Amino acid sequence: MKRATAELTVGVLVLLAGLALLFLALRVSGLLNEFQDEKGYTVTAYFQNVTGLNSRAKVTMSGVTIGQVESIQLDPQRYDAAVKLNLYNNMRSISKDANASIQTNGILVEKYIAISQGADAEYLKNGDIIDISQTQSSLVLEDLISKFLFNKATAPTPAATTAASPAPASNTTPGF
Amino acid sequence: MNVIQGWGASVIEAVRGIGAAVLLVLRAFFAWPRVDGLRRFIYQMYRVGVLSILIISVSGLFIGLVLGLLGYSILASYGVEQKLGVLVALSLVRELGPVMTALLFAGRAGSALTAEIGLMKATEQLASMEMIGVDPVRYVVAPRLWAAIVSVPMLSLIFTAVGILGGKLVGVDWLGVDAGGFWSNMQASVRFWHDVGNGLLKSVVFGLVCAVIAVYQGYACLPTSEGIASATTRTVVLSSLAVLGLDFVLTAVMFGGLR
Repeated sequence: MKRATAELTVGVLVLLAGLALLFLALRVSGLLNEFQDEKGYTVTAYFQNVTGLNSRAKVTMSGVTIGQVESIQLDPQRYDAAVKLNLYNNMRSISKDANASIQTNGILVEKYIAISQGADAEYLKNGDIIDISQTQSSLVLEDLISKFLFNKATAPTPAATTAASPAPASNTTPGF
Repeated sequence: MNVIQGWGASVIEAVRGIGAAVLLVLRAFFAWPRVDGLRRFIYQMYRVGVLSILIISVSGLFIGLVLGLLGYSILASYGVEQKLGVLVALSLVRELGPVMTALLFAGRAGSALTAEIGLMKATEQLASMEMIGVDPVRYVVAPRLWAAIVSVPMLSLIFTAVGILGGKLVGVDWLGVDAGGFWSNMQASVRFWHDVGNGLLKSVVFGLVCAVIAVYQGYACLPTSEGIASATTRTVVLSSLAVLGLDFVLTAVMFGGLR
């Protein structure tokens, strides 16, 4: 009797541990999602700049997730970033001239790829590419700021100079 | 002169202790279990593992709750409370699950193992077993050792899972983090083999260390009531130090980018 209850409770312990492992595998680390995604199809998109994009980032259309980034590599011939996108099988109707852009979710949170539908009647197939003319690179804050400063320093429009107070005007005048 | 002699003697004693522990463990490992050995192993699993479930899951729950609260207050100040799931899951899976389980196990079960084996030695049960031709290593030490080694990873899995659920309870159900973001950010950041697998490997190592220390301290203690008391204390202290020290080394190798 005593021995039977001991064995029963040890069985319960093993089952609990198995359940915990299952929970960690499926719910916490999303192991099942990886298997699911392998059934999708792969499209390569070329970007000039993918700063901040990670593999396993979301691919969305109209804000709905339709796949994820599989890998990011530098194409040695084109010197562009080749981003492999794994798209779900139920999204087979993306036209060949669709646009892909790298967007930011929140200010420091995460980058993702947004695809917007084109007008072509032909759809993307497994192994197709989205060429660099159809993509928009990731927004680099430093570039944006330096471009803004550069524009201000070199080409002060008359409207800007008249409207500006003396303090910013003195910022734009130094030797360079 | 006597002081220096004392230091030398304690160093020699420590090295002898390590050697004796390894020899004892090797003997226990290679004492292949027979059918009745399996039954004893299961009974020890019950005493060491099953009876620890309650304290392990309660501690896991509270650690998860606290992680959820602290993580939320910090992450929300940056507006990224969606990442709460990542913080809770990664810290539990990689660090807190294995380490806290091993520390609790050393206090809850390791000390009991030491005291039990030590009392058997003090009351000369081990010596009388040898007299009637029963190997005490096979009969007493091996099942306890194996039970501790097997049950620590299981308890660590339970601790981690309960802790993550506790973090979810605070973050999602109480503080109002979006449930979808909580789980999907977690799934995007936690990798099964790298994070869960290495965490499990850690807890296997910790289980082995805690089990060896507990069993050896009991087997080698002075057969007096004072000897049992100090052996029990040493089990908890040595296990905790060994687990924390090993955790640093393992973390550096697994997650520290030293490769």
